[in-house]
Amino acid sequence: MPPGAVEPSPGHSLVEEALAATVRRPASRPGGTTRRQFLAYVIGAPILVVAVDALGSAPANAATSGASGGGGLTVPAPEGIPSLPQPADVVDLGDLLILAGLPTANLITISVDTNGVAHFAMPRQENGQGTETAVAMIIADELDLPLEQVEVTLAPAEPKLVFNQLTGSSNAIRSLWDPVRTAAAAARGRLLAAASDLLGEATSALTVQDGVVVAPDGRRVSYGQLSGLAASPTTLAVPATPKDPSTYRIVGTPVPQRANPAIVTGAQRYAVDLDVPGYPTMVRRAPTIGGRLLSFTNRAAVEAMPGVLRAVPLPFGVAVIARTFGQAIDGVDAVEATFSPGPVADQSNATVRQALIEAPVVPFLPAAPLARTLAFDFDWAPVNHAPMGTNMAVADVRDDSATIWAPLQTPIAALEAIAEAVGLPPSAVVVNVVRGPGSFGRTLFFDAALEAAQISKAAGLPVRLMWHRTNDMRHGRAHPQAHHRIRATLLGDEVLAFEHRVTSVTTDVSPGLGEAITAGLDRTGLGKLGFSQTLFETTITCPYNFGVVTQLLTEVPLAFNTDSWRSVFSYNTRGAEEIVVDQIAAALGQDPVTFRLGFLQNDRQRAVVEKVAEVGGWGRSLPAGVAQGIGFHQEYQSFCAVLVELDTRNPALPRVTRAAVAVDVGLPVNPLSLEGQMLGGLTDGISLVLQMGNHVEAGLPVESGWGHFKFIRQDQAPREVTVVVMPRSTDRPGGAGELAVPAAVGAVANAWARATGTVPTSFPIIDPTIGWAPPPPGPVPVEPLQPLPDPRRDPSELYDY
Amino acid sequence: MSGATPAQTFRFTLNGQPVAVTCPPDLRVLWVLRDLLGVTGPKYGCGLDECRACTCHVDGVAFATCSTPVSAIEGRSVTTIEGLAATWPGGGLHPVQQAWLELDVPQCGYCQAGQIMMAAALLAQVPDPTDDDIDQIRNVCRCGTYVRIRQAIKRAAELLRQGSSSASGS
Repeated sequence: MPPGAVEPSPGHSLVEEALAATVRRPASRPGGTTRRQFLAYVIGAPILVVAVDALGSAPANAATSGASGGGGLTVPAPEGIPSLPQPADVVDLGDLLILAGLPTANLITISVDTNGVAHFAMPRQENGQGTETAVAMIIADELDLPLEQVEVTLAPAEPKLVFNQLTGSSNAIRSLWDPVRTAAAAARGRLLAAASDLLGEATSALTVQDGVVVAPDGRRVSYGQLSGLAASPTTLAVPATPKDPSTYRIVGTPVPQRANPAIVTGAQRYAVDLDVPGYPTMVRRAPTIGGRLLSFTNRAAVEAMPGVLRAVPLPFGVAVIARTFGQAIDGVDAVEATFSPGPVADQSNATVRQALIEAPVVPFLPAAPLARTLAFDFDWAPVNHAPMGTNMAVADVRDDSATIWAPLQTPIAALEAIAEAVGLPPSAVVVNVVRGPGSFGRTLFFDAALEAAQISKAAGLPVRLMWHRTNDMRHGRAHPQAHHRIRATLLGDEVLAFEHRVTSVTTDVSPGLGEAITAGLDRTGLGKLGFSQTLFETTITCPYNFGVVTQLLTEVPLAFNTDSWRSVFSYNTRGAEEIVVDQIAAALGQDPVTFRLGFLQNDRQRAVVEKVAEVGGWGRSLPAGVAQGIGFHQEYQSFCAVLVELDTRNPALPRVTRAAVAVDVGLPVNPLSLEGQMLGGLTDGISLVLQMGNHVEAGLPVESGWGHFKFIRQDQAPREVTVVVMPRSTDRPGGAGELAVPAAVGAVANAWARATGTVPTSFPIIDPTIGWAPPPPGPVPVEPLQPLPDPRRDPSELYDY
Repeated sequence: MSGATPAQTFRFTLNGQPVAVTCPPDLRVLWVLRDLLGVTGPKYGCGLDECRACTCHVDGVAFATCSTPVSAIEGRSVTTIEGLAATWPGGGLHPVQQAWLELDVPQCGYCQAGQIMMAAALLAQVPDPTDDDIDQIRNVCRCGTYVRIRQAIKRAAELLRQGSSSASGS
């Protein structure tokens, strides 16, 4: 059946199912949030050091905590056949990861030094999402310290933290909120008690101003002076009651990212910038994904090249270690080597699509009598993460120790894998976590760190490994290719059923993340599923009253290099669903915004849609070929709506010219970085829908760099974006880093459909054929040397240097 | 190919200081800066003149250090992000850097040295850039900070005008 075809269908079980679902529907959704209870300790030390431990968890009252399904009691929807709660409404992935980390939360420690500065070594990765800044804001508020007196650093891998040192699922602030506030509150209480002793005043009579405790008579004593007095020679439990978040003065205000001064002056160091020993190193890789080195026949010649120190054969390729990266690149291209064909050497986008289509899926329900159905199939190309910095790590492996520096979201798993690979006990391995040069999920895996360790051990030299962009694009991990089938069943003005079958190349769930999911799952009693099935089930939910809803994932195990990509299954799954939502609205003769407001399930959902329609000027008059589109998404206990205006009049360069985003994260910690995350998600959504994807030919993506991997640039970015951060709606923050991508995908695709009259079903849309000659597999391309520009003669050289 | 020819000594000015490096003449400036001189502000994003994360200035003009041989900068004056502030007579940060801070432009930050150097070079020649001018900038920001970059360039243009008017008025 062609996409969008409407057909009447026989059968009646579906109606019964829908009615039964209505009857079984609980009065309110179960509380998804678990209230975490923490006990604080003062750790035996000469200065004040406070840690927290989990007392256990109790289900929160759904009416007061902000249930994951919609923040509080579900208000009966005015329209639509209510749908049963789905797994992600009951316990989402973020909850699972929090549950997994609970038993080791006690190793989150905050100290206050004799200068009155609070220190927190954050067991999370910073990739520019603003986590360091947000956590510093929370600590400053809880301790009554100026923000400048809070230092947050990235903690090295600490195996004792088990599942509590993992960054993913937009979960950093969600998971740190309770333990960090508790630890800071305990520290404040301890400092106040010490001040009480010193000043001879009841703690209730004391106030704190910017890290200085003030007595009623004006006597003052600083946290720095109190640190030693508040410390304890032995570890002891202390009370801790975090403040009511409504009393916070820094949380909720716009604060620029703390790293900005270093970034704008070039002082910010990423892993390969660190001033530690490590020779520039690049790797010659196989002509196909996953190919292994069979022979390396000109080692002596490569090692005789100027600047080359070693050329080391390893299973994944030949590592060339040199004085400079330029000489390492020359060495890589001089390598004569053979490789085994990789496990997907015979695959292309076309063959993968065929395999996805042929994979068995759970059939749709038998069609209902008198009902009509809308059915669509969607295809999504594989998409590289393409972080701005390629896979990178520094490794110094010696006989009895190893030290690694890398951007890592799962540093403990990295440490364990590296220890095993280099034959050292984990206690002899130090893994330092460095700010990431972008990630979008890429650094959930630690490929570069593991390779760098293996190269360093084999060469007996410290190495500074950086992947060539072409290798990062071709051999780096990517969002897997996927095929989607969606069917909506309509009767009258109601949606009786909404069924979605996702068939995807298997998403590799990172060591560390996968194990944490399992551990968290064990604590919920929800039973056992595979890693990625669990990930799908705990992230994908339908926010509309569409009767019987089923969303099922089938994975096809082709051995591509895959990984979670910003929002994992959601941008393709929910993005595709938002397209169908528009088509259901059209089939029912309704406006897309009006339809969503009618079929969404609660007020927080509706509020962001209403807000974005208002600020985006929904329905305003636009020329032919230009149209608005809207998309909605909820996840991470947050809500987001995106409205775009897409100009398709230049088919070679479609452009979202204006956009609006409304976001409700419950309790916004830093609205400025939240806005930044919305801008990033919007840009991803525009790129994914319009033109960004990989072409796999003979087992290897042909894209070699940014020239053909078309993440948008300034000329396709909207000139005007309005982001509305909704006022605080709950007492805790939801996740935000990935939230905008699925809504933006839906909005851009819907705008395309409205502007062109054609519903897009294959993404990226502008992806006809490979219209260029890709650099051959194996060697890395080298840009010809260029003369210096002289824009004073030719203004075009201002940009085209 | 930087390995084929014998090393020579090249002299140029780097962030106001004379420097000399001995290396093959076709070694790219990016690696001279990063690997030989330890100046790590300019970033490697592709080595293919496609992403512009490596953008620096030669005699005040933006250029792609990943694709320019060291021989081309013999006797010239190169400025990296580390030296940009010192080119601004007003003292403190360059107005482009100030605007970047005001508008909280960076996310991961990896492309921002190149973005800032491009913006500074643009403003040096086009003091009041239009949106169409800004559209021509090819630097990739994978975090998607384009809107804030656009706003910050316009803000920097204001700061530059204020700076030059106060300089002429004093």
